[in-house]
Amino acid sequence: MRLSKRAKALLGVAVALGLAFIYIPLLVIAVQAFNASKILKWPPPGFTFEWFEKAFESESAREALLTSIEAGLIATAIAIVLGTLISLALARRHFFGREAISFLVIIPIALPGIVTGVALSNTFTQVLGISLTLMTVIIGHATFCIVVVYNNVVARLRRTSGSFEEASADLGADTWQTFRYVTFPSMRTALAAGALLAFALSFDEIIVTTFTIGAGEETLPIWIFRNLFRPNQLPIVDAVAVILILLSIIPVYIAHRLSSDEGALGGRGGAGGTTAATPAAPATVAEAEATAAH
Amino acid sequence: MGRRLAGLFYSRPKLQLGALLSAPMAWLVILYLGSLAILLITAFWTVDPLSGNVIKEFSLDNFEELVNVPVYRDIVWRTVRTAILVTITDAVIAFPIAFFMAKVASRRTKAILVVAVLMPLWSSYLVKVLAWREMITEHGIINWALEPLGLHGPGEGMVAVWLVFTYLWLPFMILPIFAGLERIPNSLISASEDLGASPFTTFRRVILPLAFPAVVAGSIFTFSLTLGDYIAPALVSNDQFIGTSIRASITNNQPFAAAFALVPIVVVIAYLGVARRLGAFEHV
Repeated sequence: MRLSKRAKALLGVAVALGLAFIYIPLLVIAVQAFNASKILKWPPPGFTFEWFEKAFESESAREALLTSIEAGLIATAIAIVLGTLISLALARRHFFGREAISFLVIIPIALPGIVTGVALSNTFTQVLGISLTLMTVIIGHATFCIVVVYNNVVARLRRTSGSFEEASADLGADTWQTFRYVTFPSMRTALAAGALLAFALSFDEIIVTTFTIGAGEETLPIWIFRNLFRPNQLPIVDAVAVILILLSIIPVYIAHRLSSDEGALGGRGGAGGTTAATPAAPATVAEAEATAAH
Repeated sequence: MGRRLAGLFYSRPKLQLGALLSAPMAWLVILYLGSLAILLITAFWTVDPLSGNVIKEFSLDNFEELVNVPVYRDIVWRTVRTAILVTITDAVIAFPIAFFMAKVASRRTKAILVVAVLMPLWSSYLVKVLAWREMITEHGIINWALEPLGLHGPGEGMVAVWLVFTYLWLPFMILPIFAGLERIPNSLISASEDLGASPFTTFRRVILPLAFPAVVAGSIFTFSLTLGDYIAPALVSNDQFIGTSIRASITNNQPFAAAFALVPIVVVIAYLGVARRLGAFEHV
């Protein structure tokens, strides 16, 4: 688009302000983690690595991290199985109730997290009479992770042609062989992207978690939430926060690799020029939708 | 065994479908929809004020309380108002960024900006709220920056809640608008320019109408996420929101919490209905 110099300058200022708004808080907490004083004060009076050492030594933080990883891995595994099954059923078939199912999958992510949390905790404690444990947390997480895997896989299956599977069947492969040698290889990267997102969602989840977690258990977000009210612990929480910000580069990197692999595989056949220019764009909207859950 | 099973499924589409869907449907229908249905039923139960036991009999008491007690009306209105305000603010901040990314930036800059906007989505929600909590404290960076100007920051309260929500959901607004703008063919913009429209007219008459459904799509996220959140308000204010009230009543009065949880469901469904009419669903 042709813009006047002034319009371009104004737009540039708006973009710069927007990016500053996005990144300043993250920078502030990063600086705060090195604050030598326990009292929050800007600018910090001095700098220290003490809080990082304490964070690494903290038994409770380490346990919470392991609990989060455990919950995330199991919830993701459940979501991979259930999400893939639904997308295989829905991608190429037309049957009565298909629309209802694709809507049903989205509900756990479309409704506010607090509704899912209250509904599940109500069922567990009042109706089923089971006590809240890490297992109930995993059930809650898996419920809203299904949609993430489903969205990614079903989008891929719709883009790849069904004629490959027909050819495989014509050549004498049975249902299982066709899945293993034709369908699965074509959806592998989409499945990995969905799994990554599902794990990230579960790892970061706090709202459903607070309603479904047992008294003795602690995921990392719960650990942060409980400790940030304790003035003595707050600097350590800041250090953990910085570690988490740095760790978030890993999934961004993997997602980037997955989307460029996908381009190389030609999975987006016929998607058009703009898509090729920005491989991340369509994936990002699906991600936004998925992450929007909680 | 695997081959025999595979043979069983061969050219039996209904059996295939049943095998694929039975486990996921058991999970989503029985566990999830079942829980929502039970939530709906629980909302009509009450709690005996003396013993604290749940009375499992049909009653409209919870809903009467929600409608008639001014405090609850205020809480609902405050939450909805905040959600609207956050949505508008996010749209205003997001549009120039998305527009720059989609229509002005070079390919390289565009790729960098997409990552820059996407990156905060992966960093922890709680970390972001914590960052704001530390920024708005008495000796935080906001007061430090405002002091030379003779101003004082908002501190904890409604303004802080508005800022934090706007911050948290901003990427959810940028990405759909960006995708929506990308879909507008450049030839349409060129045509408008060739026909003599000023950039402002082109923006108002061509770009904005075509991008509006994408803005509505983004607003679904910003609106519904604000509606149900209770962590952020609890960390940067003492004000009551729908989420904080549900959280507060769940331990002593589960039926009332269930009834209150129906409020965001109803509001979100109403909002989705409006969004659908505005054509937002093709953009989500």
